[in-house]
Amino acid sequence: MTSLSQHADYATSEAQNREFLVFSLGEEEYAIDILKVQEIRGYENVTRIANAPEFIKGVTNLRGIIVPIVDLRIKFHLDKVEYGGQTVVIVVNVGERVVGIVVDGVSDVMTLTPEQIKPAPEFGVTLSSDFLSGLGSLEDRMLVLVDIDKLLTSEEMALVDRSSK
Amino acid sequence: MDITDFYDTFFEEAEELLADMERHLLEIDLEEPDAEQLNAIFRAAHSIKGGAGTFGFDVLQKTTHLLENLLDHARRGEMPLRRDIVDTFLETKDMLHDQLDAYRNQEEPDQAAFTRICQTLQQLAREEIGQELEAAASAPEDTGNAPTATPPAHTADTTTDSVAVASPTSEQLLAVALLNVGEKDRGLLVEELGQLGTVQAHHGDEECYEVTLLTGVSRDDIEAVMCFIVEPEQLQIRHAENEESVPEASPQAPPQSEKDPASPAKSETATSPAPLTTGGASESGRPKAKKAKAGGESSSIRVSVDKVDQIINLVGELIITQSMLDQTVSELDGVTHGGLLNGMNLLQRNARDLQEAVMSVRMVPMDYVFSRYPRLVRDLAGKLDKEVELVTEGESTELDKSLTERIIDPLTHLVRNSLDHGIEDPDTREAAGKPRIGRLTLSAQHQGGNILIEVIDDGAGLDRDRLLAKAHESGLSVSDSMSDDEVWQLIFAPGFSTAKEVSDVSGRGVGMDVVKRNIQGMGGHVEIMSRRGQGTTTRIVLPLTLAILDGMSIKVGSEVFILPLSTVLESLQPSREDLYAMAGDDVVLKVRDEYLPVVAVHEALDVKGAKTQLKETIAVIVQGEGRRYALLVDDLIGQQQVVVKNLETNYRKVPGVSAATILGDGSVALILDIADLHRLSRAKKEARRPQRASIDYETLLQKEREPS
Repeated sequence: MTSLSQHADYATSEAQNREFLVFSLGEEEYAIDILKVQEIRGYENVTRIANAPEFIKGVTNLRGIIVPIVDLRIKFHLDKVEYGGQTVVIVVNVGERVVGIVVDGVSDVMTLTPEQIKPAPEFGVTLSSDFLSGLGSLEDRMLVLVDIDKLLTSEEMALVDRSSK
Repeated sequence: MDITDFYDTFFEEAEELLADMERHLLEIDLEEPDAEQLNAIFRAAHSIKGGAGTFGFDVLQKTTHLLENLLDHARRGEMPLRRDIVDTFLETKDMLHDQLDAYRNQEEPDQAAFTRICQTLQQLAREEIGQELEAAASAPEDTGNAPTATPPAHTADTTTDSVAVASPTSEQLLAVALLNVGEKDRGLLVEELGQLGTVQAHHGDEECYEVTLLTGVSRDDIEAVMCFIVEPEQLQIRHAENEESVPEASPQAPPQSEKDPASPAKSETATSPAPLTTGGASESGRPKAKKAKAGGESSSIRVSVDKVDQIINLVGELIITQSMLDQTVSELDGVTHGGLLNGMNLLQRNARDLQEAVMSVRMVPMDYVFSRYPRLVRDLAGKLDKEVELVTEGESTELDKSLTERIIDPLTHLVRNSLDHGIEDPDTREAAGKPRIGRLTLSAQHQGGNILIEVIDDGAGLDRDRLLAKAHESGLSVSDSMSDDEVWQLIFAPGFSTAKEVSDVSGRGVGMDVVKRNIQGMGGHVEIMSRRGQGTTTRIVLPLTLAILDGMSIKVGSEVFILPLSTVLESLQPSREDLYAMAGDDVVLKVRDEYLPVVAVHEALDVKGAKTQLKETIAVIVQGEGRRYALLVDDLIGQQQVVVKNLETNYRKVPGVSAATILGDGSVALILDIADLHRLSRAKKEARRPQRASIDYETLLQKEREPS
């Protein structure tokens, strides 16, 4: 009986823990819900789209599907935007859409307990706290938890036609 | 599994039955009605009624019941058929369709409409047969076919198990034999039978399983229900007690193998409930019709469009992978890798064949579109007091399913127009020395990679003078020297209508421009040919499919774009003398006495590193939405078929771009939208203009200040 209740406890705490994919943009560490991530691939062969905002790098062929690629470094006004061997595209599923986001690198997958997730403070202009699901604190690190759904479907990302939203 | 699982099957079958019914009603010859056709109509109504009763669709059942009774009289020759009667039947059929839709959406059908149609049918019965129809029965026990008020004269030659004499309330013991029915379905059928009556016994094996049922439901109704699960051939129903008195059924006593489908027992248990009274024609006709139906079922399957699209996508991927491989392999040495190269050739051929085969799955015959017009033409001609004969040609011409759906609206509009404006009333036609009956032809044919769909009428033709006068009135710029073709194009202008009066058929002038836009939206165009007094032909030219496009790849800077080949007229190297600067930064190019506006792709799409020297560029003359202009590009790469990929699936609409495709090297290329590109280029120039004006203004101000 005890083992059963223990198991149940374990299960509930397990359910509340969330796994995040941690990636870096410049010096900062960000994280998104791992369930949103479809795959991780290199940055290559992107076809530019005319008259699109600068942070939309273009579209690429992901096994026959045309996927837009967004460079979050440009979106977040990072100083150094370079494309090299370490540059990584995280392919995420947002609603029924597939979008690739360019980041400087992917480090690891972290499990955060509810206690480790702190509410996000009011932020500056570049990244509205609307797009954050909180801050993750780990001993000496701080992860910015991005609500990728909200961010990518927001009007300022210009990824979605307003009419089709 | 319960009965609701069969709803969908019923809806689909009922829909097909209704379509059949309409087709037969339209085809029927009023003077000499074909007995087989009347039977077919009757059978359709009866089958729907049976299903509706089982599933408890009361309103539908009652309506079909009334209709069925009338049809029963008609097929026995007790009620003469007239045009207005057929009209009423058609109206009833529409009502049934509405009711069916309502049930499908889990709503109750419109009660007022139901009452109205019942009254109409009752009145028809009173006038034509001189009797009231029995009130529509709600209980399935009552769904016996012939009105009990008039014991039909043919009872003498019917067998004892005939439903016609089976009193609706009396229960009878039936033996239902299931032949070659699997165990799973068998359980289901027994359960199903249990709902229709009391199952007294059931036993047997897979080959022949016999159920004894005490029920008040008629044999045909049982069969109608069962047929949603099994084929009619697999079913035998007879009276349990008096087998000897049923001479037709006893020799067929089970076990009976399926290999003997044309047995008398089968025609005995056919869906038609009443004994054959219309003579030999229907006797021989019925089994034939059934066989044809069975054949049709086995040779086709229903597949959702999503599945087909998925296969098409995958095959598209295969083709791309194959051409990527091809590029890699082509760099290899042919001598050492001969086997590989041969294999690649074979793969290429097979992949292309596969692609073609898969694309053909999406193709449906034009009959799918044309079949809805006989009804429309008939109704409309009646309303307009005109006599029109509809002729369709090339019904078997195939077209992509997605296009057939989108062509219906424009085509309907053209047909309406032809009837309303084109074909004259019979008296006028006679006075003009033409046959009283007008002729409207719908035709479809393939021409190259296109399909031509024509709406041809032998009516009055377009009136050049009236069109011009009307255009003047509407403030369009026209001149009397315009060619006929140009004048005909006027009818596509928004808000343009030559109808003297606005009718509910046409004349509001909102139609033809929409027709044109729709067809252009499908990548096609419309042409009109008209001879005064002889008629008008409207020709729609459409690509066969939207999934694959014949493209011309061009290069600007380091980027590759695709132009739809259908928009490309020619390409040439512009010489400096042929380029003229216009006000602002506009440039026009003179091509054979024609001045065309110039759009540079690198300007419209901000391509860096493109050739800007006009001398180095190539001008591609393109035409889109009736606008012709010269597109400046760096290089032409070549022609190729590309698989069209939607950009909006994951991204959004991009100005100047219609879609994207994947090139042989796996990279994405954008397909340019010629008409939109022109708009984009104009918008960009527009956006630059005020900026410059303000700078000019400032420099002007400075200059003025300087002397002081």
